[in-house]
Amino acid sequence: MEHRIARIVVVVILVAIAIVFLVPVYALALSAFRPGQQLLRYGITPESLLPTGFTMSSLHTLFTARDGIFLQWFKNSVVLLVLRTSISIMLSAFVGYGLATYQFAGRKILLSAVVFLMVVPIQILILPLFNLMIHFRLMNTVWGVILPFLVLPFAVFFFRQYAGSLPSELIDSGRVDGVSEFGIYFRIMMPLMVPAFGAMIILISLMSWNDFVWPLVVLRSNDMFTIPLGLNSLLTPYQDNYDMLLSGAFMATLPVFILFFLFQRFFVSGLGEGAVKG
Amino acid sequence: MPALSRPFKNQRYVPYVFVLPFVLSAGLFFVYPVIQTIIMSFQEIAPGLREFVGLDNYRRLANPRFYTALRNSFVYTFLTIAVLIPVPMVLAVLLNSARSGAGRSAFTVLRGMLFLPALMSVVVVGTVFRLMFASSESAIANTVAQLLGFPPTEWLLAGPTTAMVLLVLVATWRWTGINIIYFLAGLQQIPNELYESAELDGANAFQKFRRITVPLLRPVTVFVLTISVFGGFAMFEESFVLWGPTSPGNVGLTMVKYIYQQGFQSAQMGLGSAVGITLLAIVFLVSLALLKLTGFFRQGDE
Repeated sequence: MEHRIARIVVVVILVAIAIVFLVPVYALALSAFRPGQQLLRYGITPESLLPTGFTMSSLHTLFTARDGIFLQWFKNSVVLLVLRTSISIMLSAFVGYGLATYQFAGRKILLSAVVFLMVVPIQILILPLFNLMIHFRLMNTVWGVILPFLVLPFAVFFFRQYAGSLPSELIDSGRVDGVSEFGIYFRIMMPLMVPAFGAMIILISLMSWNDFVWPLVVLRSNDMFTIPLGLNSLLTPYQDNYDMLLSGAFMATLPVFILFFLFQRFFVSGLGEGAVKG
Repeated sequence: MPALSRPFKNQRYVPYVFVLPFVLSAGLFFVYPVIQTIIMSFQEIAPGLREFVGLDNYRRLANPRFYTALRNSFVYTFLTIAVLIPVPMVLAVLLNSARSGAGRSAFTVLRGMLFLPALMSVVVVGTVFRLMFASSESAIANTVAQLLGFPPTEWLLAGPTTAMVLLVLVATWRWTGINIIYFLAGLQQIPNELYESAELDGANAFQKFRRITVPLLRPVTVFVLTISVFGGFAMFEESFVLWGPTSPGNVGLTMVKYIYQQGFQSAQMGLGSAVGITLLAIVFLVSLALLKLTGFFRQGDE
């Protein structure tokens, strides 16, 4: 009996905290259906959290203003996400498998480098990376955004852990059958790494979708912007900016929330793994 | 790691092909930029001009603005760690206790609710928090403040203290859910028998937490500590979306933001690089200290 009461208390505490955490999310969802001018003047007030007085005008503005620039930003974000996720997942898995499978001179140093690069803040290097992009003439291009971060240390580490947990007999029997080392990877081992791919696709896509500082440095023209950069450009209170900002912020978040509710398991497994084995 | 049979003799090159993408990427986009930053930090750089100026850029770091950035980065890192380790750890333990049996779906829903902030773009987060912490008296933060008996303030502009409070609140809101997932993963590794035998010995919930949970979560705690330290010193985006590239009185100014300002607004690549090297040195020293204290980097060599 005492045990049950304790349990109920715990759940009540957790629910209370979760509700507080949800206030900004709820406020965002409602603000998408309110006039931007009002929000700009008074901020988000307790009254504006009441579910009344909605208008669709902000959403309408979002999709029609400036020749539908928001849809262009949306498209740019999707293109970047697909390119970035697909390429970096293939490269990171390839490297991770190599590090897990082979003994070779320099392996330890490379492993330490992977772990070090996982944590070192890459933001420190924006100035030289910026110069590098100018030098390669990659400013204001999609490749300029994705090239420096194609091989992701945390993904390499994750795949290395995962590949290391697969049965090595499969590799040996592949060799006996005369399959080449690359054949063993692509035809035998990679298909076994599908769950790891699932977790990493989710995490890298999320990173790409929300990425801000580096695209801000590289992308210079409005029609190349991703959604976060586009929203950032609306932060000045000018014309109908705030209508677009709030409804755009909502529309940028909605697809991610939907995917999260469908695939919560993958989001969680990709993160937890690194912490336990790290 | 299983030590597998080596590839056939004529395929000694194979492992190097596998790691080549990483080597190329790390060389071109990490090692080379670090070297460039070191070189630039000793140069004055302007359009059509690049000359060696010795330690000038480092001497110019002795200015109040840099000190503000330095102090803010340290205070922010310290405060976020002070909040973002104990709070998620306790919440994870509470969540975990609801995990079994009928609590299963409640567990999934609550974990998901706390995780939602981590899914949002920092620009979206900044927008919502700017409006919740707007200067109008009726804005939600000021309403709560007045209910608690404080006068309404201009959170964003009043001064360095409210700015720091706001930054720590944003960090807490964004990262609690992620850290909970790390700690939950750690809790899964603790064998249940330990708790059962402790119960037989008459241990209460708090004793079990202190004597079993906290010590056995140590590897995860070290992991969270490490990413929090580096994340703290790298903080820039949150400040950028709350105040833009510059802020009145330099509230919320951090080291990385100072680099950004020097490089992209004042066209002082040399000075910006000197800040970068200083920050890299700090991060390096802190990671050495962490290594000494916890052995985190030891996982590289088995």
